[in-house]
Amino acid sequence: MAEPASTVTLTIDGQSVTVPANTTILEAARSIGIDIPTICAHDATTPRGLCRLCVVDINRGRLLQPACIVPCQDGMVVETANDRVRTSRRTILEMLNSAVDLSQAPAIQRYLAEYGADPQRFPEGRRREHPVLDDNAFYIRDYNKCVMCWRCVQVCAEDAQYIFALSIDARGFNSHITTAFDIPMPESTCVFCGQCVGVCPTNALKPKIEWGLEQGLSPDQIREASRGLRRRQKPIRVE
Amino acid sequence: MVDQPSPEPVTLERIAAGFAGRGREALLPALWAVQTAYGYIGPEAVQVLSQALSVPEADIYGVIGFYSMFYDRPTGRTIIRVCTSPSCGLAGADRALHDLCDRLGIAPGETTPDGQYTVEQTTCLGLCEHAPAALVSRQGAGEQQYAPLDIDAILAGQPGHHAAVIGSMTRVLLRDLPTDRAQTLAEYGEYTALQRALSDLMPEEVIAKIEASGLVGRGGAAFPTGLKWSFTRRAPGAPHYVVCNADESEPGTFKDRVLLEIRPHLLLEGLAICAYAIGAEQAYIFIRGEYPLATERLQQAIAEAEAAGYLGENILGSGFSLRVEVRRGAGAYICGEETALFEAIEGKRGYPRIKPPFPTTHGLFGKPTVINNVETLCKVPGIINRGGRWFRQWGTDLSTGIKLVAVSGHVRRPGVYEIPLGVTLRHVLEELCGGVVGELQAVLMGGAAGTFLKPEEIDVRLTFEDLRAIGSTLGSGAIMVFNDTVDLRDVLRRIGEFFQHESCGKCYPCQLGTQRQKEILERLAAPLPGDRQRLADIGQTMTESSLCGLGQTAAAAVLSAMRQWPELFPA
Repeated sequence: MAEPASTVTLTIDGQSVTVPANTTILEAARSIGIDIPTICAHDATTPRGLCRLCVVDINRGRLLQPACIVPCQDGMVVETANDRVRTSRRTILEMLNSAVDLSQAPAIQRYLAEYGADPQRFPEGRRREHPVLDDNAFYIRDYNKCVMCWRCVQVCAEDAQYIFALSIDARGFNSHITTAFDIPMPESTCVFCGQCVGVCPTNALKPKIEWGLEQGLSPDQIREASRGLRRRQKPIRVE
Repeated sequence: MVDQPSPEPVTLERIAAGFAGRGREALLPALWAVQTAYGYIGPEAVQVLSQALSVPEADIYGVIGFYSMFYDRPTGRTIIRVCTSPSCGLAGADRALHDLCDRLGIAPGETTPDGQYTVEQTTCLGLCEHAPAALVSRQGAGEQQYAPLDIDAILAGQPGHHAAVIGSMTRVLLRDLPTDRAQTLAEYGEYTALQRALSDLMPEEVIAKIEASGLVGRGGAAFPTGLKWSFTRRAPGAPHYVVCNADESEPGTFKDRVLLEIRPHLLLEGLAICAYAIGAEQAYIFIRGEYPLATERLQQAIAEAEAAGYLGENILGSGFSLRVEVRRGAGAYICGEETALFEAIEGKRGYPRIKPPFPTTHGLFGKPTVINNVETLCKVPGIINRGGRWFRQWGTDLSTGIKLVAVSGHVRRPGVYEIPLGVTLRHVLEELCGGVVGELQAVLMGGAAGTFLKPEEIDVRLTFEDLRAIGSTLGSGAIMVFNDTVDLRDVLRRIGEFFQHESCGKCYPCQLGTQRQKEILERLAAPLPGDRQRLADIGQTMTESSLCGLGQTAAAAVLSAMRQWPELFPA
């Protein structure tokens, strides 16, 4: 911040803490060593408050509040891990785990353990299933692992690249990341900058070479398999 | 039909040219134009609109995918949607859907081989008093409501008809009205309240009158209307906007539809007074896409009012101008949430925003905005003409004035009733609606996002405070009545389906919780061990941790049923 900010003092889990105004509860908690779990939050993307894993109890309010968004205020009494908070976090994690393949999301795996999430909590729950998309030479898209954190869409759009290759289709449980009319990446506006792969928290987006090695292919075989998936050259339009 | 058919052949380029340069805010109207003309919005159309409006193709595709009345691939030339929400379910909607599909030789979700018909099962169409209801889209012609559903008329291409069913104890909004057409401007009379406001009252005095009336919002949240107006009037930033929320989509709620269909001028006068009070010159009325008749009548009323000088430039020589634009939704319950509604007008997926900031300072296009429900604005002319004390002659100190309730299900005369707040639920059911059909088992107050009452609770007075005291809600005024022939588990299953269908998917608790809740509600008759606790945990998580009011109330009816009838939920 350019100007010296005024400060606010609040209580987090019984500890008094003074922070600059406009500090989020998440930042304030971390400054005193209290870790609040997050999935969708990332330094490179605008906070959207999607995953609600960071919810905390403020002044015993009717609703829990997302710590990644809510700014600290004087006199707030914040509880980051009481029973209400833990029930929400555990249930969100159990529901997520019952819908999505989280096997390559180490941070979420740690949360599952920390909150005692039962992997069999929703035994007959429908999973979100998608074919693995191998349509370009640079990365694969395995949306079975996608947690809808929106980070890839955000960095492809206003948070970084302004390329707008990605969008969200459908609604609710069925919503998913895709291109316009599900076209292959090389036919989209994608410039293969790799930012989406870099911010993906679950390995739903993975470099082709890494994925190929996991499949037991040699680097040469991977390169061979990618031939023909290069970007289709569109004629450059001169206005 | 909203637009007159063009004498020129319709082409994508011609449609796009009509919206070119307006930018993203024209996206929903442009998509409606393409959808109506072609029956779907394909890649060529998206490419043309992307150029005309400067919106990325992927974004347009995402918008099409969000709204259930937009299609990205061809369907049957006629789409028939049959409502299977609770009130229609009681009236035999499942049977009607089955019969329709039998006639056409297809299953719900399928298209006939000749490409003539597509049949869909859908959620509440807001025609609950005429249940079972259907909404039909015909390529090139637009939408038509059939209430009650009449398979022969639909397949013969005949128009649908429905008239309002109304009753009124206080005769303020609803009185001596034709019920099968809109009240004309001549019948409505001069906009006397607007004239009084413009000639005799400063904007602050208008707001003071509304505050004195104690009027609170009638869309369900019950926020004080005068306070909302005064916050917006004082908010820095220009322009200010007025938005009327006519996206009434709560299952069991149809009072706004009736007001729009038979008294559109009352709404327009209230809207104009609000605009004057908060310093707005542009108003939007966002009306759900499932209400074609109300949309058509509203647009006729706007034309009448503009011709008479009550809307438009320099109204009645006062120097105050107001442009009113009607925007059609396209099938998304979430757009009744005020910030999601703004996103829809702005041409985006209807995701709710995080609040604060609130619309009074950061509303439509990020500008100070009043957003009021149809019924709320319809109360304004009377209060301006006759004063806050007049309005307070009805109701209680905390729940002033009158309210419309929409009653459906097992009563003799389902319809919209105008009541003074404070009458009992029993009075509404037994006196106004002619009594319960059969033996009363349960009343669902406030729609799918509301709570169940038992027969012994119907002596409750209909006020915000009395209902809150027994853990219930007046909500938007929806009252669904179930007699003892109904399996409440079936009602809960339909509610679960509704929320699963309508969750926007933005936040995890609602995106995942509505799906898991639906699955458990579908197997209530043969539950898995632990289902009761699963429902309780999902319900608590959605209620406390969801981002918006949809998720926060998506378990309300289920949790109330668990309290009222624990025997339905084996551990």
